[in-house]
Parts: sequence; structure tokens; C-alpha cells
Amino acid sequence: MASGSARPGGTRLAKLLYGNVNSYLSSGAAGINGGGAVWGSTTGLSSAELAPFGARSASGQIVRNRMKSVKSIQKITKAMKMVAASKLRNVQVKAENSRGLWQPFTALLGDAPATKVDKKLIVTISSDKGLCGGINSTVVKYSRALFRLNGLDGPDKDVKYVIVGEKGKAQLQRDSKKLIGMYFGETQKSSICFTQCSMMADEIIKSNEYDAIQMVYNKFNSVVSFQPTVATMLSPQLLLGDQEVTGDLDAYEIEGSDTKEEVLQNLSEFQFACTMYNAMLENATSEMGARMSAMENSTRNASDMLDRLTLTYNRSRQASITTELIEIISGAAALEG
Amino acid sequence: MFSRSFAEAAATSSSEKQEKVFGEAQVTEKFKADWKTIAPNFDMPKFPSNFMEVRPPVPSTIPAKLTVNFVLPSQYEIKAKQVDYVIVPATSGQMGVLPGHVPTIAELKPGILSVHDGTDVKQYFVSSGFAFVHANSVADIVAIEAVPLDRFDPDEIRRGVQEYTQKMNSAKDDLEKAEAQIGVEVHSALQYALGIA
Repeated sequence: MASGSARPGGTRLAKLLYGNVNSYLSSGAAGINGGGAVWGSTTGLSSAELAPFGARSASGQIVRNRMKSVKSIQKITKAMKMVAASKLRNVQVKAENSRGLWQPFTALLGDAPATKVDKKLIVTISSDKGLCGGINSTVVKYSRALFRLNGLDGPDKDVKYVIVGEKGKAQLQRDSKKLIGMYFGETQKSSICFTQCSMMADEIIKSNEYDAIQMVYNKFNSVVSFQPTVATMLSPQLLLGDQEVTGDLDAYEIEGSDTKEEVLQNLSEFQFACTMYNAMLENATSEMGARMSAMENSTRNASDMLDRLTLTYNRSRQASITTELIEIISGAAALEG
Repeated sequence: MFSRSFAEAAATSSSEKQEKVFGEAQVTEKFKADWKTIAPNFDMPKFPSNFMEVRPPVPSTIPAKLTVNFVLPSQYEIKAKQVDYVIVPATSGQMGVLPGHVPTIAELKPGILSVHDGTDVKQYFVSSGFAFVHANSVADIVAIEAVPLDRFDPDEIRRGVQEYTQKMNSAKDDLEKAEAQIGVEVHSALQYALGIA
């Protein structure tokens, strides 16, 4: 799974493109054979697009139009690939630089994804734009799995989704609209920065009650592979009370504000903001990588299809010329005879 | 194969015994089994601790050097560097951290962070953040902004102090006054840090 090739990019586009090709091809053949009756059933085209029975060049016209549109789609996907590649370079550097940020917190507070709590927030990080392979459906699937995992312990658990990104929301609201506590969109309009992430974290903490937050995002591994990752963060109360999950926080002397509670609260909020910053960057990098490979695939698909269409077009043209020649020759022969 | 599963079993039993290993996800067997029933078709997700850089174990004797990690959102300022000691601006006052320091969690305030290694001293002005000192003589410092001291322009700071002092005196309401006060505090802390009057 983790390879991110869940749905090789551009399948949807390819379907759009391919959907009618076969019927075009068969209609072309039918046209040549003069079998006009088959047309309506195989092509799915409106009758306005179809040439009248016996008109041979019309099928060539349709294939030519199709070739033109494939060519322009190929141009678009190629351009999108270039854009994704240049964006990838910037965001990848940022993501790699931010990888140190969460490590001190994990070293101190531990990483306990199996923690059982009553109130949980599942923060799903997705992208705002589509056409980027399977990264959004991956995070949504894993978020749903985490949700169901909590349901195992009984129905009284309070679990809510917090969604970042348009695409994750579109998928999750189909079946769990009531469970969506918060939604943030258009987070990548300007490039992701720490201030923005800490404001979002602040907003989430302020308006939700929770014992633990689990953040689901795609960690960037390489352009073609990303890994769905779950980061677990505990509330200050839990950090204070539950030694089983956090290890020996008691061994640490705490310097800072007046009480230990205050320091732990600051610490837990800071951890959330830092983890979120890294998660957003990792996910944005995965998105760009996935989009790049998706668009590369569609460009390749389009050029394959263009080859096939060109071949069919030329073949049918050649066939009609041959037919015409035979007609002329046999006509002349008949006159002579 | 056998040795691996054995090692895994050993790892889980040690985590059950609360001997916390740095940077290891505490994924219980129950969690793995639950995950199998819930999502038989997906692999287990990764956990941040899978990507952690390895932390040294707690040594029996105090090591000669302190290992420092200093991270910012935008970069890895210092990565696992061996130094003599660091001085961090904790809210309770400047705090020196030497190897073998008692494990501590310290909140930081705006001030100077200095890293000392022999005669080599590197000074930063940090905005705020946290410092953790672990039992294995590793100090993690997380700050939001940090700038090396030599990158500040003394003239600009003097001008800033004057400007904000003026603003504070002419402030019309509390908000303006508070904003000006923050400006004065930061600039005078910088002034003090750079040793200019």
C-alpha cells in the first residue's frame, strides 16, 4: 500500500479519454463497411455527431477531432506535471528542514498510538486540489480505520474528525457528516508557514475537548512513494496523570511557569503545533510528488492513445482510398467489358 | 525470521515493563490484533517514532560532552553536536546545562542561547520555546525563531529602542501601549545581549 501507487495517477483522466475510443474504432470500422445500423448502439454519440449512412469521410473526421482533444489534454497534463515538479522542489526542502521539529517531543513524551481514551480527535490532513493519485483516499481510509478502532471498546466513546483540506472533507462527509467537528480549507493558498499552523492548532485546541489527538497524514518518502502515518498527542491532563503511556515524566524537573500543569499545557500545545507544521509540509510534499507521477502517467497514456488513434485514422483513410480505387477500376472494367 | 519475532517480543515485553526506549512506538499486541480485525486490507500505519533518529542509551558514567539538538521550524540549527555546555534563557533565569545535568523541562523566554565548545562560543537570540535535558546527557532545544547574534545591526537596535520608547509614551490606549512595551522589551534585551548602551 504504502507505495502510493494505490491508484496509478490519471486513471480517471484515462477513463475519460479511453471511454469512447473503442467505440470510435469500431464505429470507424463500421463506417467503412457501410454497416450504419451498428452506430447508434456502439458509440453512444448523439445523432448530430454521426454522419449519415454511407458518408465515409465522417468517421475520419471524428477520429481527427478526438486526436486533437487528446493532444490538448496531453499538453495540459504535461504542464501540470512541470508545475508540480517545480512546487515539489520548494516544499520538499521545507519539509526536510522541519523534520527535526517534532523529534524532541516524541523523545520526551513517547509515542503511544494504542492509548485508550474517551474523547479523541482525529485530525485528517488532506489536500485542497485533486488529480494527485491516491493520497487523499489513503488518509481518509486510515482515518476511518482509526475511528472504527475506537468503536471496538464500546459505543460511548466520543470521537470527532477535524479535517484539513477540501478533498478529505468531500470524501468523509459522505458517510460521517455529523462527526466532523471542524474543517480548514485553502491552507495552501500561500505557502505553509509555522504561524498559520500554530493558529490552526490553537483554534482546534480552543474549540474541542479532547484527551488525545491522532493526526493522519502522508509522510513523504520519495516522488512515487509516501507512507500513511499516525502521530498521537496526549492532552496535558493525560500527560500529568497517566504514567503508563508517557513514561517517566516525573523524573524530569520542571522549570518555567508557576505550576507543572501550566508548563505541561504549554508543552502539549507546542507539540501539537510543531507536529502539525511538519505533517502539513510532509503531506503537501507527498501531494506534489503524487501529482507529478499522476500527470506523468496521464501524459504517457495520452501519447499511447494518440499513437493508436493515428494508426486507426491512417488505416481507415488508406482503406477508403483503396475501396474508391477498386470501385473506379471495376467500374471502368465493366464499361470496357 | 525467528530471531526477528523474538526480538519483537522482547521489545514489547520491555515496553510493558515501562523501561522506555527512546524513540520507539509503544504498539501493543492488542493494537496490532485490533488493527487486523478492523482493517484487514491495510498495512499498519507508520508512527513518527519509526522515523526518529536514534537516541543514545543512558550511560553508566557521565560523559565528557553534552549532545545538543537545536531545532527551528525552518531548519536544523544544530544536529547532535558534541559540546562542552550550553546556556539557555529559561523563564526562571539563565540556565547552564553541562553533561550529566538532572533531567529537566524548561520553558524559554526571549534571550540569549549560547553554545560553548572549548573556546568556540556561538550565541543566538531566541524568541521562545522549550528546552529538554534528558538523562542520557542529550539536550533538545526547540525554538520558534533564533538568529545568531552577529547578524544584528547595533544602529538598528538603538533606533528601535528609541522608536518604541517614543511610541510607549505617546500611546493612546492599552493595546498600543502593550505593543510598544513588547517592542521595548525585545530591543532592550537585544541591546543588553550585544553589550551596547
